[in-house]
Amino acid sequence: MTVREVAEGLGLRVFAAEAASLDRPVLGGYCGDLLSCAMAGARSGQVWVTLQAHRNVVAVATLTDVACVIITEGAQPDPETVQTAERENVALLGSDRGSFAVVAGLIRLGVPA
Amino acid sequence: MSSSPGSVDTRSLLQDSDLTKAQELVYELVVRQVMTTPVVSVQPDQTMHELGEKLRAAGIAGAPVVEQGELIGIVSMNDLINALERGSRDDPVRQWMTIDILTVREDDSVIEAVKAFASRPVGRIPVVSAQGSLVGIVTGGDITRGLVRALDLDHRSDEVSHYRASHIFQDISSHDTSLTLRYTVSPRDFSHSGEASAKVKRALQRLGGRPEAVRRVAVACYEAEMNLVIHTDAGGEVLVEVRPDRVSITTTDAGPGISDIESALEAGFSTAPDWIRDLGFGAGMGLENIRRCSDEFSLRSEVGSGTKLVAVVYLGQGNRLGRAPRS
Repeated sequence: MTVREVAEGLGLRVFAAEAASLDRPVLGGYCGDLLSCAMAGARSGQVWVTLQAHRNVVAVATLTDVACVIITEGAQPDPETVQTAERENVALLGSDRGSFAVVAGLIRLGVPA
Repeated sequence: MSSSPGSVDTRSLLQDSDLTKAQELVYELVVRQVMTTPVVSVQPDQTMHELGEKLRAAGIAGAPVVEQGELIGIVSMNDLINALERGSRDDPVRQWMTIDILTVREDDSVIEAVKAFASRPVGRIPVVSAQGSLVGIVTGGDITRGLVRALDLDHRSDEVSHYRASHIFQDISSHDTSLTLRYTVSPRDFSHSGEASAKVKRALQRLGGRPEAVRRVAVACYEAEMNLVIHTDAGGEVLVEVRPDRVSITTTDAGPGISDIESALEAGFSTAPDWIRDLGFGAGMGLENIRRCSDEFSLRSEVGSGTKLVAVVYLGQGNRLGRAPRS
């Protein structure tokens, strides 16, 4: 399961993604909105599901080396955040649905819990 | 069972010396990263004819046989052809399947799958979890595709290794060589926050740090940096001292200082105002995360004069910076 397959499977918006980052395999997931908890809990190669949309999400995503971030509840990252994500090669995706529904979708797609 | 062209390709990985990068990746990747999932499986009581339909519909040449959630065999297009030749299309799969099956575990290195393919002329190998349940299937083609994908991704990390600076620890000799990185952090500047940690992370990668150690330093450094952004009156300084065997992170600021260090160190204790929490900070896990990631930790603070935090991460045996790059 790659980031691209996740994005297509759940019909996600793609805010930022380099071709290489879309082909990264997704090895699992982390869900949460507190950055320190994500720092502690998210692992390399996982998808991170959060309703946070500001720039520090990109910082945390870079440092934890998650495969992609899915921003939920229709939250919109500002242009600077998208730029940072592009520069840092972080795949930034979005959904209008809530985190719970997005996680349920990920499980259905076969992303290991 | 049949032998696919894919299995020949993977076998050559064990011999061909030109494929050094692919060989390296074969050890680094785990089976989970290359396997196909979900698996198309058949039940032992289905007929060979039904098997044929299923294989054709899925466009595959073989499938594991599963009974009540348990993997009991594997059956291939070859078995089907043999059955059809004998006019046994209504035989149950059970009669034609291979019982003596090879499996690999999902957390095995891909090299284990390559070895398994080399040991027997099989086209596909079922992948099982640590508990033994079927979680995927891997073919020679899956491995090749997984390697191509990983080589593509490596493009990115190659850029980092291209600029590897690890030789400075080899070239420069002293009784105690260290590299000092110093960053100034402004208070409340959330648009640049996290940048110092990102730079430290990149520096350590260029110095040849292993991912797990780099991650621990990056997490500790990020939390310490964010504390300066969130809590200080005038910001502060992040000073990172890199030695071949350890990295020390020191942050200093000029106030306001922590009035109750004991409580501050408790996981979940937070003094962050609501607007900071709205940004996702203030979980009260910052100092706890730093402590968890570091091997030495100290925090000194005086109200009115400031705070000094020191966190040291040991890079561990066999993980010294400045070792010759792997050949």
